[in-house]
Parts: sequence; structure tokens; C-alpha cells
Amino acid sequence: MSNLIKLVEQANVAERRGTLPAFKAGDTVNVHVRITEGSKERIQQFQGVVLQRKNPNTNGETFTVRKISNGVGVERIFPVLSPSIDKIEVVRRGVVRRARLFYLRGLSGKAARIKERKK
Amino acid sequence: MSGIIGRKIGMTSIFDADGKSVACTVIEATPNVVTQVRTDETDGYSAVQLGFGDKKEKHTPRAQQGHFKKAGCTPKKKLVEFREFDGPSTLGATIDVSIFSVGDVVEVVGTSKGKGFQGVVKRHGFSGVGGQTHGQHNRGRHPGSIGACSYPARVFKGTRMAGRTGNDRVKIQGLKVMQVMPENNLIVVSGSIPGAKNSFVILEK
Repeated sequence: MSNLIKLVEQANVAERRGTLPAFKAGDTVNVHVRITEGSKERIQQFQGVVLQRKNPNTNGETFTVRKISNGVGVERIFPVLSPSIDKIEVVRRGVVRRARLFYLRGLSGKAARIKERKK
Repeated sequence: MSGIIGRKIGMTSIFDADGKSVACTVIEATPNVVTQVRTDETDGYSAVQLGFGDKKEKHTPRAQQGHFKKAGCTPKKKLVEFREFDGPSTLGATIDVSIFSVGDVVEVVGTSKGKGFQGVVKRHGFSGVGGQTHGQHNRGRHPGSIGACSYPARVFKGTRMAGRTGNDRVKIQGLKVMQVMPENNLIVVSGSIPGAKNSFVILEK
């Protein structure tokens, strides 16, 4: 990619990238999303396991979070650098052996647990 | 009208004020030099000729060398005339990307990528036959009828057919300026613009 394009991308997102915590697939995160309804703005939280991070180190980087809501699996995809994300909290770090945890979709209950990473 | 000549660098995406990801094109426009001024008295119309991008003197014909010498600048790769220009109109003056500010609506002119000899589906957006069954043989992307029979007994001029596609001058209107970086001579506009990377483009306001 051209250096000049990198320059433009960095001008937009460099400071935002610095404020983000490091997290990866298998971690449990709590994402605070800004939601605008009319003129009002509120924060919605979405807590779940990170399944994957896509297109790392680009402007379009996204991550997928999965949680079980009322017995139904729900997945949301967030752009990492979007200004509508207020903050990302890492609740728990997990031990996993791959970068994309799609196998969790076929598991439920006790089988879908992920071991916690010990410092 | 005000404008500048630049070079297409490529595309990226940035987040706008609402948090939406917007596809953008990055254009580099090093300061342009006024190389000629046309006035109503001398030429019958008023315009300004801008020059962009340096080239070596040994690659410049003598006649052009004289032209650039008059403006007091180095030889330029690309010269474009802007009619009814509001901006600096003295010989040798420079103009850079800071004439644009974030939120401006601009028009971008470029030369679209050449596609070679193409059929009517790609060239004119014909929909083709639309299926491969019902006795269809091998004419899925053909134009179909190009006119009636004994009257008019000819094909009308301008009937859309296959032929050379692309490599045309194309103007895209209504692009928003997302970002201006005068220290790097860069300007970022929303959406896509015609042409390949590194091709010349004209920005008009």
C-alpha cells in the first residue's frame, strides 16, 4: 500500500488505536456502544466471547462478539476503530488454540466454556 | 470556479462525524503553478493555465522550456486550463490544496480505465437474454435486434453496440471533501473517482 494512504489512515485513527486494550479471540469483553435515538445518546453494553478479529492493523478492522441471550446465540460485529464504540473492557482472558472460534457455535452450556488464562 | 490538478493515490476508508465508515479516495496535489494567464483582451476569454508535477528539463522540448521560463518555474508534466478561475492569476503564482476545506462539495475529472473492445452488456448495461433455458443457444450476451426491417431499412445512427470501452474523460460530481492535509499536499474525498492509480485528476470547486 502506498505510504501516502498510510499517512491518511494514521492521521485518523492513531490516537484511537492507542486507547484500546489488547484483546484476542477467546477473551470475554464488554463493549460499550453509543446509540443515538433522535437527539438523545445512551450507552448500550454487549458482553460476550470474542470469536475472531478480522483485517488486523487496517482501518476496517472488526471483531465478532458472541453471547447467549435468553437461550439464543447472538453475534455482533463491531468495527474496532469506530467512534461509536465508547470503550472496550476486557473482562476475562481465555486460553484457546486457534484464532477463529467458530466451533463455539455448535457447543452450548458447559461444553462452550473457555479456560481462563492465568498470569 | 476554483480548482487544482492532482494525482490519484488510492482508496481507503475513514469514519465520519456520525461514526459511519465512508469509502474515500486520496489525491496528492503538490502546489500548482500558474503557467499562463488568458484574458478577454488578448484571447477573447478569461482562463488560467495551471501546471502540476515536475519533469526533467532534458525531457522538455525547447518550445515548452521557453513557456515555463516565462512563468519562472520548473518544467511541469501536466498543464490544464481553468476557465473563469477565482484564485491567484499572476504568472508564476502557486496554488495548493488549502483552497479546499472539509465539507466542501467538489467535482473530480479523470480518465477512466480502458477496458478494450467490450460487448453491449458491459458497455451499455444491456441485460442480456436473461436465461440459458427455453431453447437458448449461445447468445446470452448478444444485443438482440438493432432495428426494424423494410422500413426504415437501415440502422439508426447512435444505436448502442459493442466497441472500445473506457479511457474516456469522466466527471464525478457531488463528492465531499473529508480531509485536507496541506503539509503533505493530500486531499481526501468521499467515494470513488475515475482512473487508475497515479493517473492525473482535476479537482474543481
